[in-house]
Amino acid sequence: MNFSPGSILSASFLLLLFLVLSAPFLRAKQRLLIAIGFSITAVASLLAAFAGFWTLAGGVTYQLVLPLGLPDLPFHIRLDSLAGFFLVVIGLLAFFVSIYSIGYVKGFLGQRPVTSLVVFYALFIAGMLLVVLSDDAFLFLVSWEIMAASTYFLVLFEDERPENRRAAFLYLVVAHVGAIAILLSFGIMAGLATGFSGFEGYTFDAMRKTVLPSGWAAAAFLLAFFGFSAKAGVIPLHAWLPEAHPVAPSNVSALMSGVMLKTAIYGIVRVVFDIIGSFPWWWGSLVLVFGLLSAVIGILFAVMQQDLKKLLAYSSVKNIGIILISIGLAMIFSSYQLKPLAALALLAGLYHALNHAMYKGLLFMGAGAVIHATHERNMENLGGLIRFLPWTSVLFLIGCISISSLPPFNGFVSEWLTFQAFLLSPSLNTPILKLLIPLGAALLALSSALAAAAFVKAFGITFLGHRRGPDQGRVHEVNWPMRIGMTMAAISCLMLGVLPTYVIKWMDPIAEKLTGATIAHSASGFGWMWLTPIAHERASYSAPVAFAGILVVVIVTYVLLHTRPGAIRRAPLWDCGFEKITDRMQYTAASFSMPLRRIFGFLFAVHEEVKQAPPGRHPAFPESFTYQLRVRDRFWGWLYKPVIDASFWVSRMVGRLQQGRIQVYLIYSFVTIIVLLLFV
Amino acid sequence: MSTQLAAQINSLLAAFILLTAFAMLAQRKKLAILHLFAWQGLFLSVSTAIVGFVAKSHHLYISSLLTLTLKVVVLPYILHVLIRKLKIRKEIEAVVNVPTTMLIGIALVIFSYHLTAPIRELSTLVTRSTLAVALATVMLGLLMMITRRHAVTQIIGFLAMENGLFFAATSATYGMPLVVELGVALDILIAAFIFGIFFFHINTTFDSLDVDQMARLKEED
Repeated sequence: MNFSPGSILSASFLLLLFLVLSAPFLRAKQRLLIAIGFSITAVASLLAAFAGFWTLAGGVTYQLVLPLGLPDLPFHIRLDSLAGFFLVVIGLLAFFVSIYSIGYVKGFLGQRPVTSLVVFYALFIAGMLLVVLSDDAFLFLVSWEIMAASTYFLVLFEDERPENRRAAFLYLVVAHVGAIAILLSFGIMAGLATGFSGFEGYTFDAMRKTVLPSGWAAAAFLLAFFGFSAKAGVIPLHAWLPEAHPVAPSNVSALMSGVMLKTAIYGIVRVVFDIIGSFPWWWGSLVLVFGLLSAVIGILFAVMQQDLKKLLAYSSVKNIGIILISIGLAMIFSSYQLKPLAALALLAGLYHALNHAMYKGLLFMGAGAVIHATHERNMENLGGLIRFLPWTSVLFLIGCISISSLPPFNGFVSEWLTFQAFLLSPSLNTPILKLLIPLGAALLALSSALAAAAFVKAFGITFLGHRRGPDQGRVHEVNWPMRIGMTMAAISCLMLGVLPTYVIKWMDPIAEKLTGATIAHSASGFGWMWLTPIAHERASYSAPVAFAGILVVVIVTYVLLHTRPGAIRRAPLWDCGFEKITDRMQYTAASFSMPLRRIFGFLFAVHEEVKQAPPGRHPAFPESFTYQLRVRDRFWGWLYKPVIDASFWVSRMVGRLQQGRIQVYLIYSFVTIIVLLLFV
Repeated sequence: MSTQLAAQINSLLAAFILLTAFAMLAQRKKLAILHLFAWQGLFLSVSTAIVGFVAKSHHLYISSLLTLTLKVVVLPYILHVLIRKLKIRKEIEAVVNVPTTMLIGIALVIFSYHLTAPIRELSTLVTRSTLAVALATVMLGLLMMITRRHAVTQIIGFLAMENGLFFAATSATYGMPLVVELGVALDILIAAFIFGIFFFHINTTFDSLDVDQMARLKEED
């Protein structure tokens, strides 16, 4: 067997297939199943990541026709630079998460059988890898459905809780509505490729060769964008995301949030840049507007949440928004033939996709570790965990710094590149764009600042202070596989942040293929230390220097604090005149986000209620207060509820056909026969 | 017996079959309907034998014999036993009144003639003119199922429909292959048994064989 990315990938798929088939035989030995199962997925994901890395570094395209599928409609596989990049994104995070899962899933031992978790986890990874690899609409949709169905069962894993069933159902509905849109979009492109006369147009190759009339192209794009947005959780199609991510097991939510959303990004890039190829500027501005909307509203929602995993889920909406902003910019630049700028924006978006996979994976794994240790998701009942979970809290902090886009971690680099794409853009001669681009830059800055606020809250409320809720005994640090998985993700966050020039150079073939320009030459024109996109006199960033500087400051501070005696003084807290300070007198999650709730409250359905007890007493002398806060998504009432009501109404109307009388049913068939005899 | 004469007799039998179908629509008493059904089966069986004689396809004699035993003897007997055992006495049961039903039936017959007109022009068989009658019998059977409330009459309607189909087969193509006819005959027999069992269950559950009672099974919203 010759050694190539293709053969490595087949080994990876065979491993996953073997695991799916053999897992049911190991169901009697759950502990062994966890160890073996997640080790196999770890190896398989690492192999996939390696194959992807190799493909992208080698700049070669592999194609293969598999004699599977329907007769005369074989599956086409293609491994090119874009697919290779996404293989790396998926494989790398799946590798970390699989190692983490070896420890994490042990928490379910004795509670419920985990066989289904292992099987669907492996299927989920295989589905994501196949989505990226497929080179025809048929295989793409098949693997898309494998991915959707397996995640449905993963979300449903703890199925005795009604909120899990609700979330899983909502996810399934949105996923299928999206899939129908994608199917229609491919249908338009495939149909026009052969003039609606045959099935040969279903390969992406045939679609690439076809030049679509502009109206049809716009229809195909809008459908595809709608379908992929539903999967990516773009506002206003995000409703499933904050429901499904928190209730899934944390290793699954790490993968869903970290990489499954990215397959939708992959789909948009693949359809727009690769398959359709040329497009007017307004497509880009549409993507940009929805990206901005998701970025700002997503992070505002995140700030409001009390549930740690819900906060992370909404922050995924924001990050998808940022990726879409970059892709929208790349589309605008590309339609104006500004190739280097398009390359910059596209790479910024893809870089952010990779970064988001790493830090969001890390954060969800960290949240999983918190839940594993405390069995609590509500931040109002957490606090002070830094003393019990030192590893988890440091790693979670790294994730928070990365996601808040602070140097030297990776979030900063990609957001900085996105800003550069905004700031370097010349004045385009369309009034809307003249308005949109500066406004977009401002909104992006706002969303970054809000992200920092959200993650100060996430970290501060969870790990600092004292335990707020009822103390349920001692909390133990999580086991080693979980720590290793999180540590590796944290290290990759750092590496991606410190060595951006190498990453850009490695990713350059994608930009060259999709936009026709490269930026590696100008981006690393001053050596590997300095990142100088497009024009070095306008902007430059040296990640290693920033890292070194921060490291020096941190070390000096630490040394100053810990070597001099008396630098740290422990004293009783000032109690503000109260007699006794309890743990409940702390800054809470709700109070932390209160200022932002006052400013942006009009965007949400905020319901605050203060109750006095006992009710009859004079308001000046209450015994106790209860404060209730409900922040709800307005989109639910605006967009989803009407649709739900309408579909129920239609079903009721159709249900009236169901009379219950045999004669009526017979009349139906009789009339049908008569009508058919008359007209056919 | 010449072919011409056979065709004449066949047409006459077709007219009788149609007549019994109408008679069943008009009749309110279950036992009388059952007798009419038996008569229809007899006409059908004779007609099949004549067609077999004309077409010199001897398997039609077997199907004729089958029709005679099943539809004239066995099925009426089973239904008769059923009616007596279940003590079905209530006779008035039509949803739509009889004259209206007859008018709809006449419209259906005209419709059938209209539909089969192109086939009559193309066909060369001596029995071609009876195809319209066969189709009309099918439709009248269905109409009977729609307009009656009682499960037993609905079953007779169903069986009358089957008679029409059988008649269509013999008149349009000189009969189906024997294997198929044997299969159909067996199906009918089994269907009759299953109906019998269901009647008992419906009767014990609802205390009646009025299918309107079954509207209660509908899901409430």
